[in-house]
Amino acid sequence: MGLLDGKKLLVTGVLTDSSIAFHAARLAQEEGAEVVLSSFGRQMKLTQAFAKRLPVEAPVVQLDVTSQEDLDNLAGAVREAGVERLDGVVHSIGFAPQSVMGGNFLSGTWEDVATAIHVSTFSYKSLAVAAKPLMTEGGAVVGLTFDAQFAWPVYDWMGVAKAGLESANRYLARDLGPDGIRANLVSAGPIRTTAAKSIPGFETMEDAWPRRAPLGWDQTTAEPAARAVVALLSDWFPATTGEIVHVDGGVHAMGQ
Amino acid sequence: MAHTDQEILEGLAEIVAEETGLPTDAVVPEKSFTDDLDIDSLSMMTIVTHAEDKFGVRIPDEEVKNLTTVGDAVSYIAGAQA
Ligand SMILES: NC(=O)c1ccc[n+]([C@@H]2O[C@H](COP(=O)([O-])OP(=O)(O)OC[C@H]3O[C@@H](n4cnc5c(N)ncnc54)[C@H](O)[C@@H]3O)[C@@H](O)[C@H]2O)c1
Repeated sequence: MGLLDGKKLLVTGVLTDSSIAFHAARLAQEEGAEVVLSSFGRQMKLTQAFAKRLPVEAPVVQLDVTSQEDLDNLAGAVREAGVERLDGVVHSIGFAPQSVMGGNFLSGTWEDVATAIHVSTFSYKSLAVAAKPLMTEGGAVVGLTFDAQFAWPVYDWMGVAKAGLESANRYLARDLGPDGIRANLVSAGPIRTTAAKSIPGFETMEDAWPRRAPLGWDQTTAEPAARAVVALLSDWFPATTGEIVHVDGGVHAMGQ
Repeated sequence: MAHTDQEILEGLAEIVAEETGLPTDAVVPEKSFTDDLDIDSLSMMTIVTHAEDKFGVRIPDEEVKNLTTVGDAVSYIAGAQA
C-alpha cells in the first residue's frame, strides 16, 4: 500500500535531478501515484531527459506560468497526456532576475520585481485555477516557500515574492476549500538546486543553516522537503489547508 | 562496451549540434564551450545530461565546471566509462 495509491498528479518545476520537484515526483511514484510533469521553452529538453530518470518515465506537458495561452491549454494538455483527472498539483516554481537578489534590494526595479512576483507568487493562483477543471474529486495543491517572516541575506525581492506566496496560499485555501481542494506550502531550508545556485551569495545562507538547526541540515538533499510534499498530497492531511509546514531542521522556531 | 575517443567526439558533436544548431564539424577538441561555441549554462546542462544518457556515465556538477573545452569533455567521458 502506497501513500498515494491511485492518485494522479501534475508536478511542475522538474529541471534536473537536483530539483525539489524531481524528488517529489520520484517519491510520489514510489508511493503509487501517476505523475505528469510540466516544463517550457529551452528547459523542456532537460526536463524530458530527467523525466526518463524517474522510476516510471513521466509525460511532460508545456507550461510557462507567465503564458495565458499555456495556462488555458493546460487541462487539455494533461488530458492528451492520458490523465483525465487530477488529485494533486505541485507548484515548484520560482524565478527572479539577478538584479533583484544578491543584495540588490534597494536598487531593484519594478519591472524586474514584477517578473519575480509574476513567476513566483501570482503563478500559484494561476496554476491552481488552470488545473481546477481536472480536480473534479477535490484534491491538494502544494507549493514551496522559503520562510518569508524574516529578511534574509541576499534573498531580497525573492523574499518579498515568497511573502506574497504565503499570503496567496491562505486565500487559495479560502477560495478552493468549498470544492474540497486543500492548499498548503512546504517551507524548506536551503537546498543546492539550480535556482538556489543562481542566487548570488547563496552560500551565506547555506553556511549558517546547519549551525542554527536543532536537527542539523543537509543542503545537498531535497528528500526531506519532497517527503513533506508527498505527505501533504496524501489523504493524511484531510483537514489541513492554508498551512505552512516547515522542513528546515527547526530553524524557524529558534531565536538564535 | 567502451567507446573510443573518436566515437565520443562524434557523439558529443551531434548532441552539441542538436542543442545549439551549430554544424557538427564546428565541434572540435580545442574549442571552448563558452568562449568559442557560445554555450550558456542551461545549454551546457542539457548537453551534459544527454551525454550522460548516450555514454552511460555520470558527470557530477563539480566536474562540469572543469570541462572548458570539447576535448576536456571527451577525456572525462572516456575516463568515466572505464
Ligand atoms: N532550493 C532551495 O533552497 C529552496 C528553498 C525553499 C524553497 N524553494 C522553492 O522550491 C521551488 C523549486 O525550486 P528548486 O530549488 O527545486 O530549483 P529548480 O531550479 O530545480 O526549480 C525551479 C523551477 O522553476 C521553473 N520555472 C521558472 N520559471 C518558470 C515559468 N515561467 N513557468 C514555469 N516554470 C518555471 C523552472 O523550470 C524550474 O524547474 C521554488 O519555488 C523555490 O523558490 C527552494
